[in-house]
Amino acid sequence: MSGARLFGPAWLTEGVKEALLQALVALILAVPLIGLKTVQEPGGLGLQTRWPAVAIAVACVFVGRLLLVIARHIWPPRPKAAHSPVVAARIRRFVRLLGPATIAFALLLPFLPFADRYVLDVSILVLTYVMLGWGLNIVVGLAGLLDLGYVAFYAVGAYSYALFAANFGLSFWACLPIAGALAATFGILLGFPVLRLRGDYLAIVTLGFGEMIRVILINWSSLTNGPRGISGIPRPDFFGVPFNPSPAPDASAFHTLFGIAYSPIQRVIFLYYLILVLALLTNLFTLRIRKLPVGRAWEALREDEIACRSLGINPTNTKLTAFAIGAMFAGFAGSFFATRQGFISPESFTFLESAIILAIVVLGGMGSQVGIVIAAIVLIGGPELVRELEEYRMLAFGGLMVLIMVWRPRGLLAFREPTIRLADFDRTARARSEPAATVP
Amino acid sequence: MLRIEGLHTFYGSIEALRGVDLEVSSGEIVALIGANGAGKSTLLMTICGQPHAARGQVRFGDDDITRWPTHEIIAAGIAQAPEGRRIFARMSVLENLLMGATSADPQHFESDLTRVFTLFPILKERRDQRGGTLSGGEQQMLAIARALMSRPRLLLLDEPSLGLAPMVVKQIFRVIQEINEQQRVTVFLVEQNAFHALRLAHRGYVLVNGRVTMTGTGRELLANPDIRAAYLEGGH
Ligand SMILES: Nc1ncnc2c1ncn2[C@@H]1O[C@H](COP(=O)(O)OP(=O)(O)OP(=O)(O)O)[C@@H](O)[C@H]1O
Ligand SMILES: [Mg+2]
Repeated sequence: MSGARLFGPAWLTEGVKEALLQALVALILAVPLIGLKTVQEPGGLGLQTRWPAVAIAVACVFVGRLLLVIARHIWPPRPKAAHSPVVAARIRRFVRLLGPATIAFALLLPFLPFADRYVLDVSILVLTYVMLGWGLNIVVGLAGLLDLGYVAFYAVGAYSYALFAANFGLSFWACLPIAGALAATFGILLGFPVLRLRGDYLAIVTLGFGEMIRVILINWSSLTNGPRGISGIPRPDFFGVPFNPSPAPDASAFHTLFGIAYSPIQRVIFLYYLILVLALLTNLFTLRIRKLPVGRAWEALREDEIACRSLGINPTNTKLTAFAIGAMFAGFAGSFFATRQGFISPESFTFLESAIILAIVVLGGMGSQVGIVIAAIVLIGGPELVRELEEYRMLAFGGLMVLIMVWRPRGLLAFREPTIRLADFDRTARARSEPAATVP
Repeated sequence: MLRIEGLHTFYGSIEALRGVDLEVSSGEIVALIGANGAGKSTLLMTICGQPHAARGQVRFGDDDITRWPTHEIIAAGIAQAPEGRRIFARMSVLENLLMGATSADPQHFESDLTRVFTLFPILKERRDQRGGTLSGGEQQMLAIARALMSRPRLLLLDEPSLGLAPMVVKQIFRVIQEINEQQRVTVFLVEQNAFHALRLAHRGYVLVNGRVTMTGTGRELLANPDIRAAYLEGGH
């Protein structure tokens, strides 16, 4: 104790010790990572050392840690109490208002003054991921089945639209249910072998499944045109009326139909509303099914499978419906992706996509619909906003994810609304009379 | 009502049940006692078809349910409050009860809810609380209530007194008696707490190493010196 006083208060000594320790760790890491650099030399590869850079990095860690300790001393973190019911209720009310407000904003967006082509394109991208996030949320957030191969169903949807539209001339609206049904079928195909798996093991198998689909798309050249992809996919039309700057004299186009001047942005706005509607449908469906026996069974399964069995829930059907329905929405989103891009190739359906969609669900708070929207805006819109950072973009992106997880380890909005209260007795009684989990 | 004959159950090569014979008649409370690892939980799980028995027979009423899938067994009128309660932690009390009613006719839901709230008034108070935040005793009550929501004719309880204070144990056992007498539900109960269980039960079985070694009325078993030595000494 007396020794400590020589250097100042005990907390400071402790802090210096802590900072030194961390600086040591930084040193050990920095020597190989920063300190050594390979360079081309006449005789082959040579090593160059960069000790000043190492020193800077270690110093940064030391000073940073020390500042953190001092800051903690000056502003001690308040002990974390559970949210009081009042605060919790206030947060809930805020989130409940946030939903409708966001929807209203989304509906008006194309007509706001700053909504140029670029903003709309980014918004369409964000909405696509919101829809994918909501779809995956059914599997991961509600049913608790960790799926790392979700992009496979997105790919199935995209390719089925591209192939049916190109080969049979079917319209987008005719292809949509086909794509959904095909993706759902693949969901069940994946579901069967993994019925007995949970957690890490399930994640590995689904990861493999996602890769399998991609490899099949690459190698089945006669159907998918292999790595070159499919181009010239029909663009969407306005319920049969094309967006065409110069239609044939006897044919109509979107702008002649409404008697307005042609502008290429009309198609973009249509695409925007298309994905908005598809995404909102996904959301409505999820909100509704959570209150039905199937949806509740998903959540119960996530909590405790053995308890579910002992209550007479059939886990097989329950899991398969979750896989199938989650996959179906990915299929819809895939069709949209194909018609929007006009070109698809296996490149677009790599594991990174699955990882991003999963990150959206996890950051959003596993099961929170609004949380997923926020997470999608942050993770998809964010990198667009910080485009100027160029090569540091991914660094900023990673840092942001770490920060969110430190700040809110259970996701942005982690609380869960009960699906029933005593007041809605009558309504539930009616809802329960609908059939229990069945495979579609 | 429940008749078990020569039941063998394996976990891989481990033989957990080695030919169990046992019977539970309609309206009874029957207790099954035995040391840790005797196979009590295994017996209850095998009745529910999970795992299925390797040999032997489980008859419920007139049906041979030995090979039935679990959800059909539950639908036939057997409910289980499994070992360790297994409450759905993130779901509310009300939702837990709703899950219990999965295999019941929905038109009875409201009256069943009133019924279990009368048995366990605390659950009504806590209906919107998350299951995982209930106390151990409340969770046990919820587990029993949840099992009752499927309107079973036979209720299987696996160690309902596990980890509970003596007062709460008494309360739980009183409710079990009420369920049996007033609601006419047959109860088959596994317990470590042999004293309470045998006092409550009409009849009892003793399971040792996967075999029934003794049976009799609750009072007979309580008076038996071997049982006193093995399961009752040093406490109660
Ligand atoms: N899933 C399993 N896999 C392998 N062995 C198991 C499994 N479950 C139980 N066993 C074994 O079967 C035997 C009986 O277990 P069981 O759980 O039925 O005992 P119990 O009588 O309920 O004990 P307790 O009073 O401790 O709950 C034990 O030897 C146990 O190790
Ligand atoms: Mg046991």
